[in-house]
Amino acid sequence: MNTKTLVSCKINDTDTDFLCEPRQSLLECLRDVLSLTGSKEGCNDGNCGACTVILDGRIVDSCLVLGVEAQGKQIITIEGIATAEGLHPLQQAFLEQAALQCGICTPGFIVAAKGLLDREPKADEHRIRHWLAGNLCRCTGYDKIVRAVLQAEEMQAKKK
Amino acid sequence: MTTTERPIAQNAAPYRVLGTRPLRHDGVDKVTGRAKYGVDASVPGMLYGAVLRSPHAHARILHIDTAAAEALPGVKGVVTAKDMGIYQRPLDYAQTMRNPRFIAEQMLASKKVVYKGQGVAAVAAASLHIAQEAAALIRVDYEPLPAVLSLDDAMQPNAPKVHDDLTTRVIAADHTRKQDSGTSSNVAGRLEMKRGDLAEGFRRAAFVAEAEFRTSRVHQGYIEPHNATAYWAPDGKITIWNSSQGAFTIREQVAEVLQVPESQVRIIPLEIGGGFGGKTTTYLDAVAALLSKKTGHPVKMLMTRREVFEATGPTPATLMRCKIGADKDGKLTAGYLFLAFDAGAFPGGAVGAGATTSFAPYKLDTVLVEGYDVVLNKPKVHSYRAPGSPQAAFAVESILDMLAAKLGLDPLELRRRNAAHEGDRLPNGVPLNSVGIDEVIAAMQKHPHYSAPLGGPNRGRGVSLGYWGNAGKHSSATLSLGADGKVSLVTGSVDIGGSRAALAMHAAEVLGLAAEDIVPAVGDTESVGMTDITGGSRTAMATGAAVYEAAQMIKREMIRRAALLWEVKPEDVSFDHGLFVNTRQPTDRLTFQQVAARAMSTGGPLTASASAFPKKIAPAICGNIVDVEVDPETGKVAVLRFTVVEDVGTAAHPSYVEGQMQGGTVQGIGWALSEEYCWNDSGAMLNPTFLDYRMPTSLDVPMIDTVMVHVPNPYHPFGVRGVGEVSIVPPLAALANAVSHAIGARMTSLPMSPAVVLQALAGKRA
Repeated sequence: MNTKTLVSCKINDTDTDFLCEPRQSLLECLRDVLSLTGSKEGCNDGNCGACTVILDGRIVDSCLVLGVEAQGKQIITIEGIATAEGLHPLQQAFLEQAALQCGICTPGFIVAAKGLLDREPKADEHRIRHWLAGNLCRCTGYDKIVRAVLQAEEMQAKKK
Repeated sequence: MTTTERPIAQNAAPYRVLGTRPLRHDGVDKVTGRAKYGVDASVPGMLYGAVLRSPHAHARILHIDTAAAEALPGVKGVVTAKDMGIYQRPLDYAQTMRNPRFIAEQMLASKKVVYKGQGVAAVAAASLHIAQEAAALIRVDYEPLPAVLSLDDAMQPNAPKVHDDLTTRVIAADHTRKQDSGTSSNVAGRLEMKRGDLAEGFRRAAFVAEAEFRTSRVHQGYIEPHNATAYWAPDGKITIWNSSQGAFTIREQVAEVLQVPESQVRIIPLEIGGGFGGKTTTYLDAVAALLSKKTGHPVKMLMTRREVFEATGPTPATLMRCKIGADKDGKLTAGYLFLAFDAGAFPGGAVGAGATTSFAPYKLDTVLVEGYDVVLNKPKVHSYRAPGSPQAAFAVESILDMLAAKLGLDPLELRRRNAAHEGDRLPNGVPLNSVGIDEVIAAMQKHPHYSAPLGGPNRGRGVSLGYWGNAGKHSSATLSLGADGKVSLVTGSVDIGGSRAALAMHAAEVLGLAAEDIVPAVGDTESVGMTDITGGSRTAMATGAAVYEAAQMIKREMIRRAALLWEVKPEDVSFDHGLFVNTRQPTDRLTFQQVAARAMSTGGPLTASASAFPKKIAPAICGNIVDVEVDPETGKVAVLRFTVVEDVGTAAHPSYVEGQMQGGTVQGIGWALSEEYCWNDSGAMLNPTFLDYRMPTSLDVPMIDTVMVHVPNPYHPFGVRGVGEVSIVPPLAALANAVSHAIGARMTSLPMSPAVVLQALAGKRA
């Protein structure tokens, strides 16, 4: 009996085919089928943001997307944020600002923040706090995370 | 092997590496998603496990039928309490920390369930979905029993008993428990800390303030759920990949629960996604091991968020009464505190720590603290950042605020006049160790925040202090010199928030290297000496002391090697900033790297191990200034400005010290304003999701301004002091004081959710 579906999509700029059960979330497929474990499961009901990925240009909680819905889509995960040239400004800024302690929420924050900076490269503190309110961090109190995103905006502006 | 215990006080000088802000060594892995956390464990051939949990708060287990679950395709094995060897051992209620019988009961209940969410049976299957389906197919016949669900009910003499054989024990000053009443009770422990004549103290008071306080259960809220992946090999060797706050501590617990020698268990700690005390015990490891033994496969288990809320240990709910008197000059004359802490289904609710820390920042010669450790039919509580202290401080610091108002005295001035000093007695009689209480109060008084105008209506400002004793315990470290002059560092301390960096900096400081020249790693239980938990704010301090000793050994040996090369005596070699100089021929110079490169020809590999067990511990003190605005229509509290002042001693890595201050503060904000376990009347948690259990988001809080006060720890070679926990202590009272001033009514119950604040406003109008 064939219980799995073939899904074809592009993940981190790479054409990817995978098999999944209809009940498997995109998060499960990324982690358990494709070994892309950078996206984390903190709640599995869309309330912590640790599994945030960019799906066709929009940030989504990958635990709320079915694997089969990825068919034909473009997905960026935390593993696709750095390039051969080095870290993304957000990643560098998170390190320099010490914007992580345990680090489990960090992939979700960086992907979500990239979703913001791609749209609004000059978002102010309030806008950043509003945008990132779907991502929970229990270690940092958010101060250094917000500062890291502000720093990444400056780094990006200087690059251009 | 050496043990660090001597006080080394001459450390006021600035350091070369400590106090700087290098990038953390594990940083790139963590910002690129490549770091492997416990939840990411993957072992070839592994199955997935799931636990069937009790739907009842209190019920006798009559029969468990696993046939339907075992018949489901993909299911490989089921375990129940029958598979737990430890149940042949008697239950000793006197042991409240790491009691293996309590741990086993939480995993797979033996005879009855005592809270909703308690484990009853577990399944291993080819996928997590199948395991969860199979768990739901297990049939359990229960005989429901009357449940006791509130502190007030549980303490009634005629209340239903959680455990028929549990009696009230006296909790001694060292927290050990002695037999007491001999009669069955839900009050598992009772303590009394007493000094002076209380009645006389209150007679001398010109002003007295008193009130009753309540706090709700809150959860540590780490983002990574509990997890364990275990393999029980045919030769009996058990390997566990997990994330915990202490591999050795978990190994001890697993070995006891499974009744095997510790050497048979190897714990491989992967990265940990938060703990805050909640991952110092085990809920899954032994179950995964039993399932592995039964199936012959490795088994991975992972809690859902609901399980984390319902089946792990949050912090106690409390009922407290506090009364403090002061003379007309604002000197405290007497303090009384009644603490009833909800321990959950098994004894051990941090009431001792709450009692000890309660009045700690203040000199008080007349004091009585009564504490009660109360069991009821809810999940057993566990440690949460400075366990017990935030609640007790909420009561004491609220009363001080009321007292200051009666005296017409500035609330910080009242605290300054009564600040305790080294040698003054804590409520338990132990003398206070060196800590900068005066310095923290002074920094608060002169901070611009304290004199800034509030700037609008419905606003209030609150202050509070918080104290925490910090821990010492055991740590081990091993350094090995590489041919390129880099030094590998292995410690047993799990890195929960940047400790690799702080510990590497200790070695770099001694060896005259840069932080980047040290390559830090976290060892497993077979690769490094016994090391206690990453907890108690101890890691940078105590493991740092072990690293310091090991680095001194490396330094001495390298001096000896350099002397060999020059054919002089070691005392003829000086070492400064990574440079060796032959003092008999000062043009003879060798860099650290040059001596390292010659290691094989001067005697072979250089490696050094040391352990530390700091016997004298410097405590922590933290103060808050906070401004809030209350919306009179909705009762919602907005936090406008927050300043945290903490005595951090020598800040090893200031960025991560600030991070501890900010993180603990925001946890405290959640505790004060929005977080609580909500219950129905049959003992089920109504809000086991992050949607309904409201932890602060980035939008709920402002920037958290940090002021680091540096009073070096006299018992650490560099003055490093425990800094992690204390920041969660003052926010509860500081926010309650701020809200009370904003609305003109005293807040005595947490959280101060909109409904509670509206009620207080309505009460004021009526």
